[in-house]
Amino acid sequence: MALDRLSARKALQNHIDHPLLETPFHPRIEALSRSQEWYVWAGYRAPLSLTDEEMEYTALRNSCGVFDISPMKKYRISGPDAEAFLDYVMVRNVAKLGIDRVHYTCWCNDFGHVIDDGTLFRFGPESFRLCCQERQYEWLSDAADGFRVNIEEETRAVAGLALQGPTSCRVLLNAGFSGVEALRPFQLARFPHEGGEIVISRTGFTGDLGYEVWVSHDAALSIWDRLFSAGALHGIQAVGYGALNRCRIEAAFIVPNQDFMTADHVLRPDRARFPDEIGLDWLVDPAKPYFNGRRAILEAREGKGLRHVLVGLEVEGNVPADGAIVYHRGKHEAGIVTAGIWSPMAKRNIAIASLDRPYGSDITKDFFVEIYALREGRYHKLMKRATIVSRPFVKLERRTKTPPDDF
Amino acid sequence: MKTYDAIVVGGGHNGLVTACYLQKAGLDVIVVEKNDWVGGAAVSRSLTPGFLYSNCSYVCSLFRPEIMRDLDLPRHGLQVLPYEGGAVLTRDGDYLANYREHDPHIREFARYSKRDAEAYERYSRDVTRQCRLIQPLLLRTAPDPFSFKPRDIQELLFIAKKFGDLSPHDLAQTLRFWTMSIADFLDEYFETDVIKAFLAISGIIGTALGPMSPGTAYVLLHHYMGEVDGSVGAWGFARGGMGAISKALAASFQASGGTIRTGAEVAQILTGKGRAEGVALADGEEIHGRLVISNADVKRTFLKLVDRDSLPETFLHRVRHFKMRGSSGKVNIALDSLPEFPALPKNSPCTKGDLHFTDSIERMERAYDDWKAERWSRDPMIDLMIPTQIDPTMAPPGKHFMSCFVQYCPPRVEGRDWTDADRDAFAETVIGQIADYSPGFRDRIIHMEVRTPRELEQEVGLTEGNIFQGELTFDQILFNRPVPGYAQYRSPVPGLYMCGSSTHPGGGVMGAPGRNAAAEILRDLKRHPKEMSAAHDVL
Repeated sequence: MALDRLSARKALQNHIDHPLLETPFHPRIEALSRSQEWYVWAGYRAPLSLTDEEMEYTALRNSCGVFDISPMKKYRISGPDAEAFLDYVMVRNVAKLGIDRVHYTCWCNDFGHVIDDGTLFRFGPESFRLCCQERQYEWLSDAADGFRVNIEEETRAVAGLALQGPTSCRVLLNAGFSGVEALRPFQLARFPHEGGEIVISRTGFTGDLGYEVWVSHDAALSIWDRLFSAGALHGIQAVGYGALNRCRIEAAFIVPNQDFMTADHVLRPDRARFPDEIGLDWLVDPAKPYFNGRRAILEAREGKGLRHVLVGLEVEGNVPADGAIVYHRGKHEAGIVTAGIWSPMAKRNIAIASLDRPYGSDITKDFFVEIYALREGRYHKLMKRATIVSRPFVKLERRTKTPPDDF
Repeated sequence: MKTYDAIVVGGGHNGLVTACYLQKAGLDVIVVEKNDWVGGAAVSRSLTPGFLYSNCSYVCSLFRPEIMRDLDLPRHGLQVLPYEGGAVLTRDGDYLANYREHDPHIREFARYSKRDAEAYERYSRDVTRQCRLIQPLLLRTAPDPFSFKPRDIQELLFIAKKFGDLSPHDLAQTLRFWTMSIADFLDEYFETDVIKAFLAISGIIGTALGPMSPGTAYVLLHHYMGEVDGSVGAWGFARGGMGAISKALAASFQASGGTIRTGAEVAQILTGKGRAEGVALADGEEIHGRLVISNADVKRTFLKLVDRDSLPETFLHRVRHFKMRGSSGKVNIALDSLPEFPALPKNSPCTKGDLHFTDSIERMERAYDDWKAERWSRDPMIDLMIPTQIDPTMAPPGKHFMSCFVQYCPPRVEGRDWTDADRDAFAETVIGQIADYSPGFRDRIIHMEVRTPRELEQEVGLTEGNIFQGELTFDQILFNRPVPGYAQYRSPVPGLYMCGSSTHPGGGVMGAPGRNAAAEILRDLKRHPKEMSAAHDVL
């Protein structure tokens, strides 16, 4: 036994020869990549773009963009206490999550600060999958002490592809997954593939019609080929993070460690955030008798514990305000833009910003953003008016329409 | 006869730093050093042709970049080379490597425990948080909390503000961290012994405590708050060995007109009319100065160099009981070729960093048990480095200098002084341990320098061979270093100052005590040094 462990451990020694991991879809993505623009996502080599970000964005909004979400951390949580455990951990009420349903959630430390956000899939009464950005195995395992629950990381074992855009349903139907058109948002179903089973959920990160396909590591390439041949006439196109990022900003979805800092990674204690400070107050279910961080969150709500607020801004003009400082009346610093783009779908200059209360909560007018636009070796310093607007910036009817329009 | 403005007793790196700042501020300064070379424990000496050893200290991280900049040390030849890697070779034939890139590092820990791999992120965050609290204090004089002088109160408020940025939970953690053992601290994060052993090393280096002794968690912090060019916590080699730092300091000092006397051992610090007024050398020669600044450790300074009758009784009592216990030895080896470690993969970056063979906390603690019995550890903890894999200046091509820092090594052996035979037997335990992991190692050895606390005390002047000039435990830091009421570089004798590692913020080749001492001296002289740049912001 000890010897087995030793040889298993030694077998992994050569990981350093491949400092970046590759997802099971990598051979296909590598073959399609003309731009060779990569970034590192949780230790994986992932495409920033494959051809041209603009074209890839267009595919996501016009036909069907395919984004490899395999590096997403995935944990299988099962056992008799799985629901009780997740109810203990999550701010949202897990008992209300139906079988074959998915919901967006977040979880907090004892001080009510958000550790991470993610999507929780329920496959059965005692079987769940949590998908998230940061490594959570240690935290979940420690939190699970005393619960009859098994936590298994399946980041490597399960590969994921997001198919997003108006023709994504048609592509899946062409690939033979009939019945997928009946899936409502946040619903999942199982389908046969090559003698095995895959899961398709109507979920995504674009605020559009879209699905996520979950397959075992070994079936990854065959599902890729199946989808791409089925989608050939429906504009299927592999996309990188740059294009996806534009869509998620339009949908006003937040990204951990970009739009907010995760509590387990901040060095400066004041950088951690309550759910209410990053627009996730609607996830919190105070009716639950207990969940981690509950007391701190409720106390912050009652007292003056909430110091920040996440807002959507529409910025005058067309220069993206990413990273800009937000001022109130051009004088008082009020916060920072965490993400900003020109939105092709809204034809507006949009931004997600974190403001220091009372800015954004009680004071909601007279904001400006200071943009430094680098123009041929000189900064154009722009003070542009910014108006708080409702989120999402882009709301598409097709996101929820069931069955989706056919193309 | 000439009277200098200031005499610095001992040309260690801190003495040189003080001397540089004072000379730059317009004082006429002489550094008096007993050896024929300067540098104290930051020296590179050639003891066999073609090879240069970092004879004592061997890696650089703590040396303050503000000092390098102020004293123009790069222009005087100082270059710090970051290194990557490191590994603990385990008894089962595997190893735990230390990689510079985050994800491979996590993956390496995950070979042993997935849980521990993730815990490492939380651990790093917590240690970094503690560093951020302490680091701003390095280049500030420790305030005396009981003096109620305006400046002390102002400095206390500065510290209070730092603490004020922390949550109540973090504050409680800070107090626990400062008092815990490194073993207990690591137990709160990790389950894997080799991971804990790897991380515990920084908690015991230079300290006569075991990993299970309370206070060792803080020692770890002391080794974490350095940087190499903004990379916090990183360590590097001084190109040309640690002597390059002293050489650059000496060159900077001389370039601004300072005088260095080597081969001149100070036998006595002269006092008259209640003030320090110079030094007497071992050969009877006297050098006169308006100020005397001792770079020697607090015991050597006040128990050997200053007349008994100029010092207050309680002060002397505190000095006598200041913990300065030798705990380490050093073996420097010239090698005919690069040793092989078959357990490590070929071309692995980890050989370029620090190698260790102590794969459990228990072995580390057992090594300390030997020290308590006044024996050198039979199974020692070795911090092994081969800087010539990166630095081309210390050995001929293809040949290598290996530095082995060894713990534990007592100041006396079973109640008696060290003998040459003891020293050789001590070296043999070190060579034997390395040879267990590196076949043919003995055959590569061309020359060897073995240093026990005896040699460190005799040559460098460190009492008991304690490399930090006094242990870095919570009872001996900040306003308690070295003696309460005398933690601001001034001594009971007017005109006599301290600038060595016995003073705040302590040991390691940091230079901060030297700079802070210069600041206090200049303050007493009512001078405002423009050569002293503001401390850098915490990154």
